[in-house]
Amino acid sequence: MAAYVIRRLAYGVGVVFGVLFLLFVLFFAVTEPDDIARKALGDKAPPEVLEIWKQNHGYDRPLWPWQDWGDNLLFDHYRKMLSFDFGLSDADDSPILDRIRAGMGPSLSLTVPLLVLSLVVAIPLSLVVAFFRETYIDRMGVFLCVLAMSVSTLLYIIGAQFLIGKLLRWYPISGFDSSLAMLPRFLALPLIVGVVSGLGSDVRFYRTVFLEESSRDFVRTARAKGAGESRIMLGHVLRNAMIPILTRVVLAIPFLFMGSILIESFFGIPGLGSMTVDAIQANDFSTLRTMVYIGSLLFVLGQVATDLSYGLVDPRVRFE
Amino acid sequence: MSALLEVRDLRTVFPGEGGPTPVVDGVSFDLDRGEVLALVGESGSGKSMTAFSILRLVPKPGRVVAGSVRLGGEDLLGLSVTAMRRVRGRRISMIFQEPMTCLNPVVRVGEQVVEAIRLHEDVSRADARDRTRALFAEVGIPDPEARLDAYPHQLSGGLKQRVMIAMALSTRPEMLIADEPTTALDVTVQAQILTLLRELQQSRGTAILLITHDLGIVNELADRVAVMYAGRLVEIAPRVPLLTEPLHPYTQGLLRSMPARGRPGEPLPEIPGVVPRASEWPRGCRFSTRCPVRFEPCAETYPAESHPAAGRRVFCHDVERRLPSEGAR
Amino acid sequence: MSGLDPYVWSNLVTVALVVGGLALARFVRGQRLWREASVELWRRRRVAIVVVGVYLVIALLDSIAWKGGVPEGTVGVLPNAPLTVVDRLFLDTKEASYSAPLADVEFYGGRPLRRPGTHLLGTDILGRDVLYMSLKGARVALLIGGLTSLIAIPIALFFGVGAGYFGGRFDDFVFFLISTLASMPGILLLIALIMVMGRGTLSVCVALAVTGWVGFCRLSRAETLKLRELDYVVAARALGVSEPRIIWRHVLPNLAHLIVITFVLMFSGLVLSEAVLSWLGIGVDGSWGQMIDGARDELSREPIVWWNIGAAGTALFGLILAVNAVGDAVRDVLDPRTLRAGE
Repeated sequence: MAAYVIRRLAYGVGVVFGVLFLLFVLFFAVTEPDDIARKALGDKAPPEVLEIWKQNHGYDRPLWPWQDWGDNLLFDHYRKMLSFDFGLSDADDSPILDRIRAGMGPSLSLTVPLLVLSLVVAIPLSLVVAFFRETYIDRMGVFLCVLAMSVSTLLYIIGAQFLIGKLLRWYPISGFDSSLAMLPRFLALPLIVGVVSGLGSDVRFYRTVFLEESSRDFVRTARAKGAGESRIMLGHVLRNAMIPILTRVVLAIPFLFMGSILIESFFGIPGLGSMTVDAIQANDFSTLRTMVYIGSLLFVLGQVATDLSYGLVDPRVRFE
Repeated sequence: MSALLEVRDLRTVFPGEGGPTPVVDGVSFDLDRGEVLALVGESGSGKSMTAFSILRLVPKPGRVVAGSVRLGGEDLLGLSVTAMRRVRGRRISMIFQEPMTCLNPVVRVGEQVVEAIRLHEDVSRADARDRTRALFAEVGIPDPEARLDAYPHQLSGGLKQRVMIAMALSTRPEMLIADEPTTALDVTVQAQILTLLRELQQSRGTAILLITHDLGIVNELADRVAVMYAGRLVEIAPRVPLLTEPLHPYTQGLLRSMPARGRPGEPLPEIPGVVPRASEWPRGCRFSTRCPVRFEPCAETYPAESHPAAGRRVFCHDVERRLPSEGAR
Repeated sequence: MSGLDPYVWSNLVTVALVVGGLALARFVRGQRLWREASVELWRRRRVAIVVVGVYLVIALLDSIAWKGGVPEGTVGVLPNAPLTVVDRLFLDTKEASYSAPLADVEFYGGRPLRRPGTHLLGTDILGRDVLYMSLKGARVALLIGGLTSLIAIPIALFFGVGAGYFGGRFDDFVFFLISTLASMPGILLLIALIMVMGRGTLSVCVALAVTGWVGFCRLSRAETLKLRELDYVVAARALGVSEPRIIWRHVLPNLAHLIVITFVLMFSGLVLSEAVLSWLGIGVDGSWGQMIDGARDELSREPIVWWNIGAAGTALFGLILAVNAVGDAVRDVLDPRTLRAGE
């Protein structure tokens, strides 16, 4: 078991190194520090100012080790990223790490309830649809899913804001207040939009999983020994379907920290998603590459966690 | 004395391209208490579907459309869903061909047997577990206490089938349906499982509907044999006369193609052609497309039942022709 | 000759695509398996296929452009600009500002329109005909879905089949590459790529392709691993058939159905992704996503302007729904099993 975890982690470290290399190619080799500096300061900035800016951001050295073994951007990039020293934003010179710390709270307060709520809504719904397989209820359910999947998330967001905010005048359309009393008021609408916009693909996915499991031989055995349909669904099918469901959920957990780009930016929640959008508008390369790096790091950890959690749900899995 | 199970004119169909396609078509037979009846036929002959029809477990979108299945005089096809559930596992149990996939992989095997008991009897978990342990010992599972907490993947195929048998017998059913119970097992294990089934059948007096394509197994276990071809019953007779003097040309062909009958080194005679698909069945006798003795009426009309001897029934124009007095009766 | 104008290229590509499409149709008619599959598909999803066809025709009519034939002084057209058929249908329809569908006057202020009662779906903030804009979006959407797939699928096949068939070092490398790309959050990688490459149609398509090829690469690698062990492939190798020939004759044809399914299923995801990118301000010019993005404040106006977002949203929804419906049927017809579990 320990050997397995170590091997798995070692591969994960390799992947993180690969990600860092790709990021370096994208953000240093393709978009050179000079380009970044000019984007931050404008085309008319005098060369001296560019140099000072590059110095402040640590970009004032050669790119590759073969240009200068001791002092180059590639090694510097690895060293800084691996030690979580993310430096300053290319756009407004604020320390990136502080902003990530500040954004994580609002992001998590949106994404954690969103994940839980999605599961709570989607799994029972898909169990019902799968229970009525090959009937009109099932066909109707699948049709509605495809319909719901075909609507762009943008339209869900705009539609919900329009419907609830403008026509019904219920909730604050956007904004954020982290005090416990106000939080539900500001989160209700984003949560509803988040759950509804993902519902179609979620229900369809879980339905497929449930149908897959309910066509297995052991379900026939359970029927032959006299178990009722609901007992079969909950006791046998759901228990086996937990394996693919778990994979999906555990893999989703790392991204909870990343926030939700669309929902946050639209509803004015000052999380990491909004931060990413701001970074795009402001050509803030250093923030963006930090976000990609953190996302990959979390994903790799999530994958190891998924592999380990298999062992909890599936007795067939042994770590060798 | 009336039989334990009386199946009459059973008809099960699946929706197909050109309307519903029958997979079981007008099948009738009886199963007496404590008797072993073997249902024999090639794959696709409808023998498994007959079994599923009895338990009303025909996979969707198939369904039983006609006939009756009487267990102790009560028609199972007319029961409510809940009442039928009390029959399954309680009065009729079933074991399957693939012990590997028929047990739930994420539930301990003891727990699966306990579930079967507690579905039908109001006993505590601990009592059900005690009974399961005893059952495991009875079906010859070594170290039953430890095996209770094993997961299916930790057991060999033979052990899994023993667990299935323990589960099936856990509620002392009157009847057991065994669908190719040894096909997926190693040859040595096959013999052990057959011996076990025979011993249990004798000690408990359970009637068994044994579904198989293996005439060797029939010879070891069965009291009577029913032969199916393309959804129809073609011949039913006690074991010895059926195996020694089969009447239906299909039964004859089936017996001839058994290795034990031929001499070593000689090619086995086989029945020419293949079982036609349900959509291509002839109007008359289903076997007429491959039958060596077919004549005019065979392709046009289905042969009536003839009774060439006590306890024997056969559906064949040729037999009818050769037994004029019988055919007239 | 000082290089070709972009519109000439666009015309050439369009002709090439039409010729390619016809050749493909001919091939499908010649192969029993594919012919039967397409007949079955048509039987199941007639309406959806017709809808996709309509979008395709609109996109084609908007792809062939030529210069000239425009009267002097037409409002909203540069002199001597290449114009497509769709452009020519809506010549001289530009107004000054918003107007409601079929209105005679401007929405705000009530000044008379230049062409009263002709704007079926009204005009947008710059006075452009909304129906015209919506029709032009069809070409952009098909370009995003189609071009991206044309980039992503060959790359995925090259790496996937190569890794699956040859194994060894190459497989290790491809597997590592896939793991690395898959571990980067899709939308962030997408944004990063577009920011680095600069905004524009091609860079959006390339970015979508880079983030989109991984899934199919994994699938084709796994399939190839299976195919490699099949008896006739082993036999062909034993007989000394060359490796490229085995791949061409035995592996690729057996992946064909997966290619078709992936193409259809990928398509709608790509178009929807572009809408999100438009929202973030890095989408493709003229897409429905941009129309929706541009209209995001219009619903809060008093009185509200709904036709712009309504038209773009409906056009987008119609295409995606039709493609999804076809995609479902394609999967059912061509491959009842393989793709289910890994959705």
